[in-house]
Amino acid sequence: MARTTISSMFGSSPVKPLQQHMAGVQECIVELVPFFEAVLEQDWKTAKAQQKKIAKLEGAADKLKRNLRMQLPRSLFMPVSRRDLLEVLTMQDKIANKAKDIAGVITGRKMEFPETVSDQLMAFVKRAIDASMQAQTAINELDELVETGFGGREVKLVQSMIKELDAIESENDKIEVKIRAALFKIENDLPPVQVMFLYRVIDWIGELADLSQRVGSRLELLLAR
Amino acid sequence: MEFEITLLVMACVFGLFMAWGIGANDVANAMGTSVGSGAITIKQAVLIAAVFEFAGAFLAGGQVTKTIRKGIIDAELLSGTPELLVYGMLAALLAAGIWLLVASRFGWPVSTTHTIVGAIVGFAAVGIGFEAVKWGKVGSIVASWIVSPALAGIISYWLFRSVQTLILNTSKPFENAKKYVPFYIFLTGFIIALVTMFKGLKHVGLETTIVQNYGMAFIVGIVIMFIGIRFIRKLKIDPNADKDFHFANVEKVFAILMVFTACAMAFAHGSNDVANAIGPVAAVVSIVNSGGEIGQKSDLPIWILILGGGGIVLGLLMYGRRVIATIGKNITELTPSRGFAATLAAATTVVIASGTGLPISTTHTLVGAVLGVGLARGIGALNLNVVRTIFLSWVVTLPAGALMAIFFFFTFKGMFGG
Repeated sequence: MARTTISSMFGSSPVKPLQQHMAGVQECIVELVPFFEAVLEQDWKTAKAQQKKIAKLEGAADKLKRNLRMQLPRSLFMPVSRRDLLEVLTMQDKIANKAKDIAGVITGRKMEFPETVSDQLMAFVKRAIDASMQAQTAINELDELVETGFGGREVKLVQSMIKELDAIESENDKIEVKIRAALFKIENDLPPVQVMFLYRVIDWIGELADLSQRVGSRLELLLAR
Repeated sequence: MEFEITLLVMACVFGLFMAWGIGANDVANAMGTSVGSGAITIKQAVLIAAVFEFAGAFLAGGQVTKTIRKGIIDAELLSGTPELLVYGMLAALLAAGIWLLVASRFGWPVSTTHTIVGAIVGFAAVGIGFEAVKWGKVGSIVASWIVSPALAGIISYWLFRSVQTLILNTSKPFENAKKYVPFYIFLTGFIIALVTMFKGLKHVGLETTIVQNYGMAFIVGIVIMFIGIRFIRKLKIDPNADKDFHFANVEKVFAILMVFTACAMAFAHGSNDVANAIGPVAAVVSIVNSGGEIGQKSDLPIWILILGGGGIVLGLLMYGRRVIATIGKNITELTPSRGFAATLAAATTVVIASGTGLPISTTHTLVGAVLGVGLARGIGALNLNVVRTIFLSWVVTLPAGALMAIFFFFTFKGMFGG
């Protein structure tokens, strides 16, 4: 039976798929914790398995991303701007991409981390994951935002969540500064190429939190139209 | 005039066929939003539609019927040749009925109202003469086709905004829903009753003054409100339901409200769309009954209203329930708090049009109402292609109805003799 005028006017809402994508991203990046635990112990078998798992989860999130993009034609009329929504999606996706890159380069080079920074490094990774978890919490409020028509208390609630996210990110920044300082002290004793990649990986972990924060700020843009 | 009985029977059969078609296809659009939002089941929708479509047709369908029957064509010009009007009305009915059948087969978005108006204007302008059409009246009908979706959109926008302010965006949405939803239920009953009263219930033997109208409408609203409050009190709150989605229980209150707006919608639809089927029948019957006189003064016989209402219910029961089920399945993004705003706005607009005697498209009005809620940022995703579809249906339906009516008009003229 053909669809009638009324039923054809209802598109499928992008909210649930966007939330599912973020959940997929989160699933991917929490795997960084066991991955780093294995790396710090130089257990390359486990690390390799974890890296594969991360790559697989990233691929799954990618699929969700493509599906959502496909179902957002320009003729769709949404309570949020289509462009901002796609930006949120892109940012979410970059988190998973970055996690995959981090795991990839560490496994590929069988990188060693100096023992003096290993505790801080673990805290650094975990805080980055906290940031993306907070971003997910905020994204999960999107259906409530649509329900309330983007007004009142719900907006304030999401704004406070985003504020919290910003706090986590800046905390993460501080840890990064400390790790860099610690690394700087010992860098002359290490092979230069390794040092280069250590800085790069630290950079990328910092970017994880940064990207999560950007998911939050894009979400904030969605609120105000 | 010859062949009186034949013509009379043909009119009734064609009218019933048309009413059946409205019940089979059109009603589904009116009820689909209520089913899709999960407020009522398909069975309930069919029951509500059967009762209230009939009630709307019977109690408030007279005015639009009058417009279709004698508002579009200047019958004065035909006082010498009343049979032409009979052929024309039969042709219009048959053309519209067939066109709707074909269109719904292929899933083309057509409007019953536009088809029948196009058909009547078509046969009159070509078969009788350009001056036989009351172009001023036709102009106001066409204008109402633009105004009605816009008006419904404005009403639904503000209705939904009021829901946001009073209920959804407060710290206690559930408590406020229980507090304010009865008022919306009252509003629903009041508006429908008021317009129906104002139009007059003379044909069921009820003559009322303005004060009585308001009084009656008020009483109807209050009674319906108390029925609603009883249902809301019985509502069981499920604290677990709010875990994932904090508004699950609030929506349950709106679901009760939506049962009432669904009734209003069915009533409104019946009051406006029954005319598409029985307006031409009434025209034929009055000419044949008066022995060839173009009886402009005669009242609408009640049995014709019953014929139309019955035809709609028949179509609904035989075929419409399946269409409702399909639409209901397709509309899953609409929650009761939105569905009610859209339905009530559309029902109000349609019932006002019915009272004014303007034949409008219920479906297009509902589309306007849903877009209004969308503008208030209430709906996840709306497909704007639907607007293009509506314009397309105008462009296609009006000429199609007209051409077929012209064809049948000359066929009948040839068959029965002019």
